[in-house]
Amino acid sequence: MHDNDHTEDGSRHGVSTKAVEIVVAAIIFGLGLVAIFDSRRVGAGWGDDGPQAGYFPFYIGLILCAASAWTLLRAAFSEHAAAGVFVSRKKLRLVLSVFVPSLIYVLAIYFIGIYVASAIFIGAFMYWHGRFPWIKIIPVSLIVPVSMFLLFEVWFLVPLPKGPLEALIGY
Amino acid sequence: MRGDRQPPLATGGGDRGVEEFNSLMQGFSVALTYHNLLYMLVGILLGVLIGVLPGLGGANGVAILLPLTFTMPPTSAIIMLSCIYWGALFGGAITSILFNIPGEPWSVATTFDGHPMAKTGRAGEALTAAFTSSFVGALVAVIMITFLAPLVAKFSLKFGPPEFFAVQLLTFCSFVGLGKGHPAKTISAMMLGFALAAVGLDTVTGTLRMTFGTTELLRGFNFLIAVIGLFGIGEILLTMEEGLAFKGVHARINPRVVWHTWKQLPKYWLTALRATLIGCWMGITPGGATPASFMSYGIAKRFSKTGEKFGTGEIEGVIAPETAAHAAGTSALLPMLTLGIPGSPTAAVLLGGLLIWGLQPGPLLFVEQKEFVWGLIASMYIGNVVGLIIVLTTVPWWAAILRVPFSIIAPVIVVICAIGAYTVNNAMLDVVLMLVFGVVGYLFKKLDYPLAPMVLALVLGDMAESSFRQSMLLSRGEVSIFWSNGLVGSICGLAMLMLFWPVISKLLQHMRRGNNDLDEARPVE
Repeated sequence: MHDNDHTEDGSRHGVSTKAVEIVVAAIIFGLGLVAIFDSRRVGAGWGDDGPQAGYFPFYIGLILCAASAWTLLRAAFSEHAAAGVFVSRKKLRLVLSVFVPSLIYVLAIYFIGIYVASAIFIGAFMYWHGRFPWIKIIPVSLIVPVSMFLLFEVWFLVPLPKGPLEALIGY
Repeated sequence: MRGDRQPPLATGGGDRGVEEFNSLMQGFSVALTYHNLLYMLVGILLGVLIGVLPGLGGANGVAILLPLTFTMPPTSAIIMLSCIYWGALFGGAITSILFNIPGEPWSVATTFDGHPMAKTGRAGEALTAAFTSSFVGALVAVIMITFLAPLVAKFSLKFGPPEFFAVQLLTFCSFVGLGKGHPAKTISAMMLGFALAAVGLDTVTGTLRMTFGTTELLRGFNFLIAVIGLFGIGEILLTMEEGLAFKGVHARINPRVVWHTWKQLPKYWLTALRATLIGCWMGITPGGATPASFMSYGIAKRFSKTGEKFGTGEIEGVIAPETAAHAAGTSALLPMLTLGIPGSPTAAVLLGGLLIWGLQPGPLLFVEQKEFVWGLIASMYIGNVVGLIIVLTTVPWWAAILRVPFSIIAPVIVVICAIGAYTVNNAMLDVVLMLVFGVVGYLFKKLDYPLAPMVLALVLGDMAESSFRQSMLLSRGEVSIFWSNGLVGSICGLAMLMLFWPVISKLLQHMRRGNNDLDEARPVE
C-alpha cells in the first residue's frame, strides 16, 4: 500500500501516522480522565449498601488511561510503531468529499426533514462524484426517498423527521 | 412435516440425545410456519444484499433493521435477523470471487484464490465451492449447537455472579490474547466501550454518570448507533479512500457446473474438517469469523499437497476460509444463547435485540423460553438450506447490483444508516453521534484498533458491571472471590493466561531462540 502511495501525485505530503496516533491516544486518555473524575464525583468507593455508582467505571477509567498512555508513548518514541503517512492529501480530499456532504446532510435533516434532504444528498452526490446526466440523477434521487416514505410512514407507521414539504401534503 | 413427527416418549426424558431431538423437532414446528418461513426468506435476501454492498455488513445491517422488529413476536424477529446474518455470510463470497472486493471482512481470505479462479473462467466453480463449503461449515456448527448448547446451559445454571464475571473476563482477555493488534490498542478499544456503556443512569443506585447535566445523555450511548457508525459510515469512508472501481467477472452458474463441483468437493474433506474445527473454536471463543478464515487459509496452505499453488486459483483456498468463516459465524451464537456472551459483533447486536424484546439471554433461556431457543436453532438448519439454494440460483442478480456505480451506492447507504440510527430512539442526536462513530471507526480501522472488543464491551458493559458488583457484594469487596473455588479460579486463571499471552509468547520465543541460535529460519509471528 505504501509503495502505491509514493507513486501517486502529492502522496508524500499528508498527515503522518505518528501525529494521528498521538492525537487519538491523547483523546482516549482524556476520556479516561473524564471517567475517573466523574466516578470520583459520584463516589467510587464503598457505600452503606455496597459498591457506589462510580466503583466500576473508576477502574475502567484507570485502565483506559494506562492503555492509552502506553499507545501514546509507543507512538511518540518508537520509530517503527507509527511510521509512514496516515492519509495522503489526495485520499484525505476523497474522504472529506464523502464526510462533509454527509455532515451537511445530517444537519439539513433538522430543517427540511429526512426525505427532502435525502433526495438532495443523493442527487448532489451523483452530480459531483459520478458526473451523471440529470436524466439519471432525477429519477434515482426521487425513487429512493419516495420508496422510503412509503415504507416507513405508510406501511410500517414509523415516523421519521419531516419538514415543510411533508406538512404541505398532510404528514 | 410439522410437529407430528415427534416420537411419543417426550415425557420419558431419560436419554439426553432423545430429549434434544424432541426439542429440536418442536423447534422445527415453530420455524416451519408460513410467516416464519416468509421472514426467513426475506431475511436471507436482505442478508445477501447487505453482504454484497460495501459499507453494509452483518453487524450494522442487523442493527439498522432491529428497530423495525420491535413490534414483531421475538421468535419471528430473531429468525429474520439471524437469517440476515446467514445471508450476509453467503453474500460476502460473491463480491470476493467476482469483483475481488470483500463485501465482508471475513471474506478477504476468499479473494486470494476465489478471484484468480474467476479470472480463469472458473467463477461458477469457485462460487459453488464457496457456497457449499459455507453451508457445510454452518451445518456442522449448528449440529454442535444443538447438542452442546443445552449442556453448556445446564452447566452454567450453577454459575453465580463471580463465575459470570469470570467468563466475561475470559471473553475480553481472549481479545488481547488472540487478537492480532497491539495489546494496548485492544485494551483501549475495549475500555472505551465499557466507559461509553457506563454513561447514563446507573440502574442500581439511580445515580447519573457522565451525563454532565444534559438530558440527551441520560439514555447513554446505544450500541446500535455505535455499530451503525463504526461499521457503516466508517466503512464507506474507507472504501471511498481506496477509490474503488468495481470491475467484475461475469458468472453463470448452471446445474452442470454445480454438479461438477460437488463431485470434486468430497476429496477435500480433511481441509473442510480442519476449517470447521478452527471455525467452531474461534466462534465460541470470541475470535470471530474474520481471524478464523485467515487462520484456516494459512493452515490449509501449509498442509495442502499443492500448498505452493495457493493464490493462483486453488479450489482448496476457497473451501478453507469459507468453511471456517461460516462455522465461526454460526457457533458465535452458542455462547450468546447459553451464557449471554456473544462471540462476534453481529451476535452482540442479536443479543442486544434479545434484551430489547425482554428476553434475558443466558442459561435460563433454555428453561423458560424453550420455544424461542429451539425455534431459532431449527431455523438455523432451514435457513442455511434455503440460503444455499437462493445464492446458487440468484448469483447473476447480485453481481448486477455491484455494477451500480459507487457514487449512487454510497449516498444511499449513508441515507439508510441515518434512518437506521434515527429509528433506534427517534432522536436526531443519535444521527449526529452515528457520524462521530463513523469518524472513530475510520480512524480506528486505519490505526489498527480492533472494533469488535469495543462493540462487545458496549453491549456487555452493564452486564459485566452488575455481575462484578454482585460478586463484590457477596465478598464485601474482597477480590479474592474470583479464585475462591476451583471453577471460578480456573476460568480466571485462563483469563489471565489469555491477557498475558502476548508477553508469554514473546518470552517463549526468546527462550527458544536463546537455546538454538542456528534456528534463525523460524518465522517470527
